[in-house]
Amino acid sequence: MNAAVSASGQISFMPFDESTVTIQLSGSWNREASIKPVEHVFADLNAIKNLKLVVLQAHDLAAWDSRLPAYLLKIIDYCQSRHIEVDASGLPEGIQALLKLARAVPERAGARRTTQKKSTVAEIGKIVLNGLKDAKGLLAFIGETLLAFTALIRGKARFRTIDIFLCIQDAGPSALPIVTLISLLVGLILAFVGAVQLAMFGAQIYIADLVGLGTVREMGALMTAVIMSGRTGAAYAAQLGTMNVNSEIDALKTMGISPMEFLVLPRMLALILMMPLLCLYADLMGMLGGAMVTISAFDVSLIQYYNEAQKAVHLTDFGIGLFKSLVFAALIATAGCMRGMQCGRSASAVGDAATAAVVNSIVYIVVADSVITLICNRLGI
Amino acid sequence: MITPHITVTNLTMAYGDFVIQRDLNFTIEHGDIFIIMGGSGCGKSTLLRHLIGLQQPAKGDVFYEQQDFWHASDEERVRVMRRIGVLYQSGALFSSLTLAENIALPLGEFTDMSAHEISDIVSYKLALVGLAGFEDYYPSELSGGMQKRAGLARAMALDPEILFFDEPSAGLDPVSARLLDDLIVSLRDTLGTTIVVVTHELASIFAIGNNSVFLDPDTKTMLATGSPKKLLAESKDAKIIQFLTRGESNADKSVQ
Repeated sequence: MNAAVSASGQISFMPFDESTVTIQLSGSWNREASIKPVEHVFADLNAIKNLKLVVLQAHDLAAWDSRLPAYLLKIIDYCQSRHIEVDASGLPEGIQALLKLARAVPERAGARRTTQKKSTVAEIGKIVLNGLKDAKGLLAFIGETLLAFTALIRGKARFRTIDIFLCIQDAGPSALPIVTLISLLVGLILAFVGAVQLAMFGAQIYIADLVGLGTVREMGALMTAVIMSGRTGAAYAAQLGTMNVNSEIDALKTMGISPMEFLVLPRMLALILMMPLLCLYADLMGMLGGAMVTISAFDVSLIQYYNEAQKAVHLTDFGIGLFKSLVFAALIATAGCMRGMQCGRSASAVGDAATAAVVNSIVYIVVADSVITLICNRLGI
Repeated sequence: MITPHITVTNLTMAYGDFVIQRDLNFTIEHGDIFIIMGGSGCGKSTLLRHLIGLQQPAKGDVFYEQQDFWHASDEERVRVMRRIGVLYQSGALFSSLTLAENIALPLGEFTDMSAHEISDIVSYKLALVGLAGFEDYYPSELSGGMQKRAGLARAMALDPEILFFDEPSAGLDPVSARLLDDLIVSLRDTLGTTIVVVTHELASIFAIGNNSVFLDPDTKTMLATGSPKKLLAESKDAKIIQFLTRGESNADKSVQ
């Protein structure tokens, strides 16, 4: 046998008599070798009629690794399923031992997962049940949160004061750069979009009204909320989720410390305290962005812009914006902390929790915003 | 006769409809080193979670002395939980706190001691588990064995009457595991602490356990309770003998 042949695994059929065939293996059977697909072997075996016995033999077998036993097991299983006997005694002892080992513990009945096609009705039912479970979890979480806040008001809540300050640092000052950038740019965009229309009537001065009202009533609170849900909401979910994975939350419980008070309360408080401030800051930045565009491109002086904005934007508008941001803060903190506390016990569960926290809070935010805007519209404020 | 420290009656544990173990009945006396043993997946850790208040039984009761643990009000249950300490498999130290802060947490929350006094106790507890000088380290800066010992220091912070250990020797080298066993025995001997250990380490089971319960995953119930050595010597149950002899059931029975 020459070197070129022994470089890759060879499998040859040698009919012995009518009902017996010898399968001879030679050459190298490792990862690098190119080997005839096992399906072809099945086809070859299938072609032989009245096959009763397959004899496996090795001849000039060079290097082999797990590929060979796996290949042989396939052949053996195939033969067994068609009631063909297999004689493996012609193989090297090592391979025989491995084959024996692989079949030493029979497959546990029912262990293999079979993927069965589920009916649409079953799928829908599953989705509804999951939705109900989620809703129940949300209600339970809100209840527990209220209990924790009651304990706080009664002065009985157990948490470290320093944790509140750490959370405030995290949810407040640390978020300033990103809030600055986004709200400045949103103010800028609003001004540009409005200016193009208003300039047609020579009414550039009303850019101040547009940007002022748009930012203060709507965009300031909304953009801050979106930023904070991605920044802080996700962080809450990931932190609490990891603590869940690491049994830290169990440890708190068995110490007799409520994780709702110790972990959730400081985070919620920090976000609820910081969001209105961030929102106010975002309002100012947005108006500043609008002013930058108007002054530089549309022939309006800063004083004019300032006066017009002051005329247009009332304290009520700030009030509405701040109220919204307060609601958004509660929603983001609830979604983040709830997903974290309900997190499963694996690394991927933490990722899922963070994703769900962001998705949920954005949905909550937009729905709440619509409702509040509608109510304000009806009440005429 | 004194009431046992922990009494479990007719306890059935289940996740939803899936029953893990049913009809568990055993008692843990004061000063026992009680082993919860059994093959993988038989519900040892789940039983522990029922005993320490993390999971509610589907049926049956757990009594701490005379106090019905699961039918008590939340406040009463928390009061019981403050008398116990738990060492989790992973240590479960709070990763955002230093070792000193970890151990000081229960002390600060549940006692009126001054910060100075607390820090003295923290140092003493760390020294007890061989971690003197590690006060300002974060858990992530320590090896697995050290984290486990720090977890023990935290579990002992409030001088609990009962200490629970979830697989204390998992992930430890044989020498460290042995040292932890010695520490467990000396805690019992010096402080009279009742100790409950979930483990399947045979060496530990025979070295420290004086009482035990054997859970079986197939029949989903307990097969026996009593001293592990006695079980080995007297039990007729093939499964127990096989477990306690590492499957060499026909070999010499005197492991010790």
